[in-house]
Amino acid sequence: MPKITYISHSGKKNTVEVASGLSVMEGAVQNNVEGIDADCGGSMACATCHVYIPENWLNKLEKIQDAELDMIDMAYEPKTNSRLSCQIIVTNELDGLEVVTPTKQT
Amino acid sequence: MIKTDAIIIGAGPTGLFAVHQLGIIGLQCEVIDNLDRAGGQCIELYPDKPIYDIPGIPECTGEELTKGLLKQIKPFKNNFHLGQRVEEIKQENKLWIVKTNNGNTFLAPNIIIAGGVGSFEPRKLSIKEAEKFEGKQIFYSVTNKDLFKNKKISIFGGGDSALDWALELSKSNKITLIHRRNEFRGAAHTLSEIKKKEKEGKIIVKTPYNLKSILGDQTMSEIEIEHEDSKVEKIQTDYILSFFGLIMKLGPIVDWGLNINNKTIPVDTESFQTNKEGIFAVGDICTYPGKLKLILSGFHESALAARACFKRARPNETYRFEFTTASKSIHERLGLKK
Repeated sequence: MPKITYISHSGKKNTVEVASGLSVMEGAVQNNVEGIDADCGGSMACATCHVYIPENWLNKLEKIQDAELDMIDMAYEPKTNSRLSCQIIVTNELDGLEVVTPTKQT
Repeated sequence: MIKTDAIIIGAGPTGLFAVHQLGIIGLQCEVIDNLDRAGGQCIELYPDKPIYDIPGIPECTGEELTKGLLKQIKPFKNNFHLGQRVEEIKQENKLWIVKTNNGNTFLAPNIIIAGGVGSFEPRKLSIKEAEKFEGKQIFYSVTNKDLFKNKKISIFGGGDSALDWALELSKSNKITLIHRRNEFRGAAHTLSEIKKKEKEGKIIVKTPYNLKSILGDQTMSEIEIEHEDSKVEKIQTDYILSFFGLIMKLGPIVDWGLNINNKTIPVDTESFQTNKEGIFAVGDICTYPGKLKLILSGFHESALAARACFKRARPNETYRFEFTTASKSIHERLGLKK
């Protein structure tokens, strides 16, 4: 199973196995990873599963959609490498992916 | 004090359908919601987005669904208490007393919490100093336009609220519109109006910039904004208006003595009762094995919670299951002509 590493804003790493086909958000919620709230449950309506993607992974992800960018406008401290983890679907190619969670989500 | 059979907290689709299910079996209810209109997440988060999984309705928007539900519950003439938040719940014998933040008090044997993910609040600016100026020079909504006359106003955000207020207030103010990226999300007409005002010098557009700091001790005089490439710029500012949408906060619900697990309330799936007798939870806020956060699940949960309310509201009567197609008493409650 692909391994995803969630890195807190203070640098604490938490690596969990997430089945292909689940989103990075679901992987966090199912494994009680702190720092991802996912209030809307994955309908791209709340921006509380916001994460930062390290440079080396950014171009390996599927291209960001306009609706996701619009929602990231609402996120807490968005940056150019911001994504919503509910929109990143885990595949074998993403094995080893690292995502950084913001200081807070709201 | 308002006495009723059930108090519904939350006027989203699940809360509205609970009104229907209570009404069908002859129970009265009062609905309380923090927002100033019914519809909950449907109306606040995705009024224009189509929903495809409401049984029998191949496609409808959040707004259409809300309108449909409001029409469906019209015969039951329930009261809405909007724009107020439930602050306190107290038990008195077998009844519950509910108090809202504007002083309304309710008394009922049943409470149905259909609170979604909590109450909506504006998302606030992330920098620390913002709190100090909130309500004085920093606002998250506009309630009094007159405050902003011949002032220097910095507006943050890239959506409709930011754009609409930039246009409106540019009539009598110097507006700087600041957004974290170059693209705005707004109606085509609004975007072209903004471009026009920018050309006329009425609105200065700053992208891609974020707020970096607020200058001024007692009074804010200037703000610093930071470009994506780290270049910092100072903008003279009397008022900041910030429009970063809404967030959902569980709020006072956590203080009511209910079991809460991961921002949700565990219920038994026979009656959707919580750990408190007479308090039920339905919709996104309840949890049980296999729970799906779907509107259709909320409808089912409301139907069962309403029947459970009957036993507490009418302890001396026997509940009889009836179909809307055939029941004379249901037809009367719906106001149908004989």
